[in-house]
Amino acid sequence: MPILSLITFLPVIGVFFILSMDSRRGELIRITTLLVSIVVFVLSLPLYFNFDPRGHEMQFVEKLPWIPSFGIHYHVGIDGISLFLILLTTFITPIAILASWHITKHLKEYMIAMLVLETGMIGVFISLDLFLFYVFWELMLIPMYLLIGIWGGPRRIYAAIKFFIYTMSGSVFMLLAIIALYFLNHRATGEYTFNLLEFYRLELSFAVQFWLFLAFAFAFAIKVPMFPFHTWLPDAHVEAPTAGSVILAGVLLKMGTYGFVRFCLPLFPAASHVFIPVVSWMAIVGIIYGALVSMVQDDLKKLVAYSSVSHLGFVMLGIFAFNIQGIEGGITQMINHGLSTGALFLVVGMLYERRHTRMIADFGGLTKRMPVFATLFLIVTLSSIGLPGLNGFVGEFLILLGAFKSRILYASIATSGIILAAVYMLWMFQRVMFHEIIHEENKTLKDINKREFAILLPLVLIIFWIGIYPNSFLRKMDASVNHLLKQAGGEVQTASHLQTQNVPVTPQIDIVSETETAW
Amino acid sequence: MTPASIMTFNILSILPILILSGFGMIVLFVDIFSSRRWREKNLLAYVSLLGVILAAIFARSSTGTTLFSFNETFTIDNYSLFFNFIFLLSTGLTILISHSYIRREEINHGEYYALILFSTIGMMLMAAGADLLNIYIGLEVMSVSIYILTGFKRSKLISNEASLKYFLLGAFATGFLLYGISLIYGSTGTINLKQVAGFIASKGGISDPVLLMGMGLIIVGLGFKVASVPFHTWVPDVYEGAPTAITAFMSVGPKAAGFAAFLRIFMTAFGSTHGEWQKIISILAILTMTTGNVIAIAQTNIKRMLAYSSIAHAGYLLIALVAANNIGVPGTLFYLLAYTFMNIGAFAIVIVLSRKGDECIQINDYAGLGFKHPFLAIAMTLFMLSMAGVPPMAGFVGKFYIFSAAIKSGYIGLAIIGVINSVISVYYYLRITVIMYMKEPAREFTPLTISPLIVAAIVISMVGTLHLGIFPSKVMEIAQQATLILK
Repeated sequence: MPILSLITFLPVIGVFFILSMDSRRGELIRITTLLVSIVVFVLSLPLYFNFDPRGHEMQFVEKLPWIPSFGIHYHVGIDGISLFLILLTTFITPIAILASWHITKHLKEYMIAMLVLETGMIGVFISLDLFLFYVFWELMLIPMYLLIGIWGGPRRIYAAIKFFIYTMSGSVFMLLAIIALYFLNHRATGEYTFNLLEFYRLELSFAVQFWLFLAFAFAFAIKVPMFPFHTWLPDAHVEAPTAGSVILAGVLLKMGTYGFVRFCLPLFPAASHVFIPVVSWMAIVGIIYGALVSMVQDDLKKLVAYSSVSHLGFVMLGIFAFNIQGIEGGITQMINHGLSTGALFLVVGMLYERRHTRMIADFGGLTKRMPVFATLFLIVTLSSIGLPGLNGFVGEFLILLGAFKSRILYASIATSGIILAAVYMLWMFQRVMFHEIIHEENKTLKDINKREFAILLPLVLIIFWIGIYPNSFLRKMDASVNHLLKQAGGEVQTASHLQTQNVPVTPQIDIVSETETAW
Repeated sequence: MTPASIMTFNILSILPILILSGFGMIVLFVDIFSSRRWREKNLLAYVSLLGVILAAIFARSSTGTTLFSFNETFTIDNYSLFFNFIFLLSTGLTILISHSYIRREEINHGEYYALILFSTIGMMLMAAGADLLNIYIGLEVMSVSIYILTGFKRSKLISNEASLKYFLLGAFATGFLLYGISLIYGSTGTINLKQVAGFIASKGGISDPVLLMGMGLIIVGLGFKVASVPFHTWVPDVYEGAPTAITAFMSVGPKAAGFAAFLRIFMTAFGSTHGEWQKIISILAILTMTTGNVIAIAQTNIKRMLAYSSIAHAGYLLIALVAANNIGVPGTLFYLLAYTFMNIGAFAIVIVLSRKGDECIQINDYAGLGFKHPFLAIAMTLFMLSMAGVPPMAGFVGKFYIFSAAIKSGYIGLAIIGVINSVISVYYYLRITVIMYMKEPAREFTPLTISPLIVAAIVISMVGTLHLGIFPSKVMEIAQQATLILK
């Protein structure tokens, strides 16, 4: 059964159902959309159970000719890295749809945009043909742009255009790099193809790798977003409707980090190694800068948005540690960030629906009125900080472990980001939830209803699951990550070797070589 | 080259042109003898459509062969057939979008359709021209018809102004072209493209400055027709002033015809001297793209915006000409076909939304369209995103081929400037969707007069845009076959 195609295109089939519905029958449209997304989620579960963790080869592969004269195929498949991102996507989408229950303005169009978005997101993670990948990558922009622009806040148009143009400017250079790879592959093998697996076998000269890495990395760095390309993110997050923010934080940002793992590292290993300091420093600046800016925000949504910059800095640091702990930590942290930050945006959305404000100063003392909400909110907050026992800890711990193994300096600076995270998150929680109720309006607030509980509960359960037993996730990715390191790590020795010659007496060298001998 | 041989021609090769000429005259006759009631019922539009369809059927029958006529000055090969198909498609779509418009503007005269058919004949002659003079004659037939059509709203000052401007500047440009042809003739002693190529090959390159100057003047003449900077100054005024349906027509047909001649002359006659002209064309390409896109941002009038966007698209197409390889040349054909669908589609929407005396051509007038007329808005969004080069629309695949061609031939810098331009263009194309979906309506749209014919045109354009975007394979293969002949 072509299960990947099924989960990718089922939402589009759902779109046709919704198109045929009367736009006045809101409830029917909501329920149909929710059902479609739940079916997609259920269908995606066999991917996890039937996934063979022993092999690094792509699984569930489908390959059909699409534009044969150009060697373009509809070629999809997953490995241990993309598996969890697909599950994250199919898991987050029903939650986001459930969180959009209050939407009444142009409901039909909204739900259509959500479903098309799901197709685009899954498509990005399953594509093994670079042309196909690019098509999905761009396709996904349109519904997100409409979600922000039509259903967003007061400055939605500015935010939507900024989002679109930022992403597009990055991705066109990636398109050129993809085309260049296509011709380089032809020159090397005589075959015209956009097959990623073929490209992995290419041996490119350093200069070529350097430029192509830059082109790809530019697109992904904007998407992640890495400092200093992050400025679109706070605007997009603040203006987007709750579900838009959830999907943006939950899935879209992961496409940047996924891009680094899937394309930059294995395709351009030598260049990736050269860029370790640049990327790591950008990540570290992002971690610290994101945390500091979060700390001074008055607006809850902005605070969460800037915390994303900080968290994704950790992911990038882990990926560019070039060892198994770092990369697995990075991937885990992608999932964690999707869950925790998604949940935080949902929580903020719930507060906003009640009070129509997101200013921290407008709240205070809510615990007394909303005890269930307070509990869930606290769990989510702590997961975002990285409390042991919850998911955030696993990811951050592995990342820092990996970073310490490769570069002690980077890891030590980055660790301060965790402390800062605790500061801004706990301080925010304290100001919103504790103390006396100052504002009259807050005295009549209702605790969360069943729908809202149903939205947050699955997130909280997964947060605990990953926190307590991460092996059910990590072991599925071992083979793929090891293979990735083999692809990207062939150069580790030369890179560290060069460094040994240049700077012979820094302690970190020993740690690097220790990593080498370890496996 | 005996005088008798001038009469040798293959009837099959010129049959489509004969059909169109015949139908052009039939339209004029029907116009005189039919009653007013029949004319109101769009009889003329149907008659001209019939002519276009018949011409297309007969043009298709000669696929795969190469036929010569008139002493080898006129050739029907896969290349000219592909272009004939583009011309007939744009003519057919133009007729579909015209009839309600010209009735509303009270310019419903038989000459309108006859002139469209005659200008199509000119384009077909241009694409089929195997020698420079034939290309020139085709260009004149095409241009003169369009000069008249531009001024067809006789009572409107703006239309007259546009027509006069187009005519005067166009006359200069054709003068340049003719001068270029005569210089080439003076230098090589022939106007046949193959023989010019043979002459250059025998000399081992262009050593004669007269020949070089002739080539330069041809670039000027054709550059004017395809609206490339710095020969573009007529475009915004003429596009704005012409009847909207004619604007749609001339942004597609003559541009395609210009590129048909451009490619044939530069690939066949000057193909071996690529190094001589690629630099100048690449400068033109950069200027054209950048000027078109940057100025388009500042436009508030949709017809002027589309005019500058049409300039920008000419720039992308010139990149393919510079690359001149087995992706770029068929890529140009593909792009022109895609452009036909998306551009006529966009103008069809402009026509639907305009009313008599109120052209509704300010971009801000589109506010709120998105939820008032979802079909029109979705169609417009599709066309705009396609022009911006967003997958999975035809425009993306076209740009993909063009940038691939540039990279394949090593013009990385040109490709980078091209993609940067494409990002700039996203801004103004996106603005249309922003205004349609994200702004509150500023005026009432109802009642719109949406005739079935114009809906048919919009649907055909949408299907074409999506089909070429999702399944480009077949058309690209045909285009690749078609351009083999140029080498």
